[in-house]
Amino acid sequence: MTGHIEPMVGRYVHVEIDGEIHRIYFEENGAGIPLVCLHTAGSDGRQWRHLLADDEFAKKFRILAFDMPWHGKSNPPADWNGEEYRLTTARYTQTVRAFCKALDLEKPVVMGCSIGGRIVLNLAIDHAAEFRALIGLEAADFQAPWYDTSWLHRPDVHGGEICAALVSGLIAPQSPEASRRETLWAYMQSGPGVFKGDLYFYRVDGDLRGRVEAIDTCACPLYLLTGEYDFSCTPEDTKRTAAAIAGASVTIMEQLGHFPMSENPEQFRRYIAPVLGQILKQSILSKQGEHV
Amino acid sequence: MSASQENACLKRMTPSPNATDAVIMAFAGIPALLDRAPALILRGRALDCECLLGPLDHPFHVSIRGGRIVDLAPAPVLMRSWRFSYRASPIAWAEYWKPAPRPGWHDLLALTKRDEAVLEGDLHPFMTHLQYFKDMLALPRLHHAAVAS
Repeated sequence: MTGHIEPMVGRYVHVEIDGEIHRIYFEENGAGIPLVCLHTAGSDGRQWRHLLADDEFAKKFRILAFDMPWHGKSNPPADWNGEEYRLTTARYTQTVRAFCKALDLEKPVVMGCSIGGRIVLNLAIDHAAEFRALIGLEAADFQAPWYDTSWLHRPDVHGGEICAALVSGLIAPQSPEASRRETLWAYMQSGPGVFKGDLYFYRVDGDLRGRVEAIDTCACPLYLLTGEYDFSCTPEDTKRTAAAIAGASVTIMEQLGHFPMSENPEQFRRYIAPVLGQILKQSILSKQGEHV
Repeated sequence: MSASQENACLKRMTPSPNATDAVIMAFAGIPALLDRAPALILRGRALDCECLLGPLDHPFHVSIRGGRIVDLAPAPVLMRSWRFSYRASPIAWAEYWKPAPRPGWHDLLALTKRDEAVLEGDLHPFMTHLQYFKDMLALPRLHHAAVAS
């Protein structure tokens, strides 16, 4: 073969969520500490393709990215009757935990962006002991709405066009044009009402104000990283959230917006490499402690 | 938005009387810039719309046909109707047109969120052609060094 083949491999795993079997598509690469990556609302796991293909990270981490049900190559469950899709905090939490369980991942790191960042906070509140570390990108306990989500799903507005156009402003102006277009392309391909349904969790059901204070970063370290150009989850939203969590690490990323891993992978790498390095170091120290 | 809400919002906007003339001049140049952007015209090919765009106190009535601006006239024009309006403070336009706008000044809806712009009226044509309006109103970015400097 003369063609360049990227290192990640895609497969399907059958996962039971809320009593129903879901056929979940995921891609993975590498060996070592499991690192599960969660995509943003209305998109899919392709956002993580640069991290998945990172040779250096893959030497120490088993990097996995799955498409949430209704997203990418993870279809709605077979018994879906067409009713309106709505993601809830409970269902999202269950989905992440069920995926990790189905693959027998031992104390994985979970890194999520946007809604993925919000659910990471909920995992830290309720299930910290199951995880080695948690990373929230563009994460906050709450953020002020800046548009009416009903525009995302109505018959007289093209869903793909409006979803992409709305989020286009969340990308930093310095991001490479090709990466910017690729990020928006995924938004243009989302199923009808899926982005809106994800935002039900973000806007309505997943308000974590008053709950994040319960996060114990000694039980599970928490890293929060937010792009300076994200005007949806602003740096101030993340800082406010972190201020209520003792021991939370906060980084504001320059020249990045709401989609750091896909809008400018090179710039994002500068910020995530030290975090992964720290998690790796902590993991080695913990292991050594076990053998003393 | 109610009248009192709008007034409160307008009071919060950043005043910048010196920038107004340059912004008005830049707006007047948008139709010609659009004529030289065939991909953008193609994006707006199904759009016929009367709208009110520009600086807060000196907006323009803009007539769009098939994605082209066929008329741009300073408001007020006697009994001229419009379907939607997007108006921003002069400083907001100047910031929006910088080569690398500052965070929070880099998108039309970032400007409305920070109360530097007001979106009013029947939003359907704006929302169905949101990327078109974002890109069309960004055209002076590459051509408006005077405002950016």
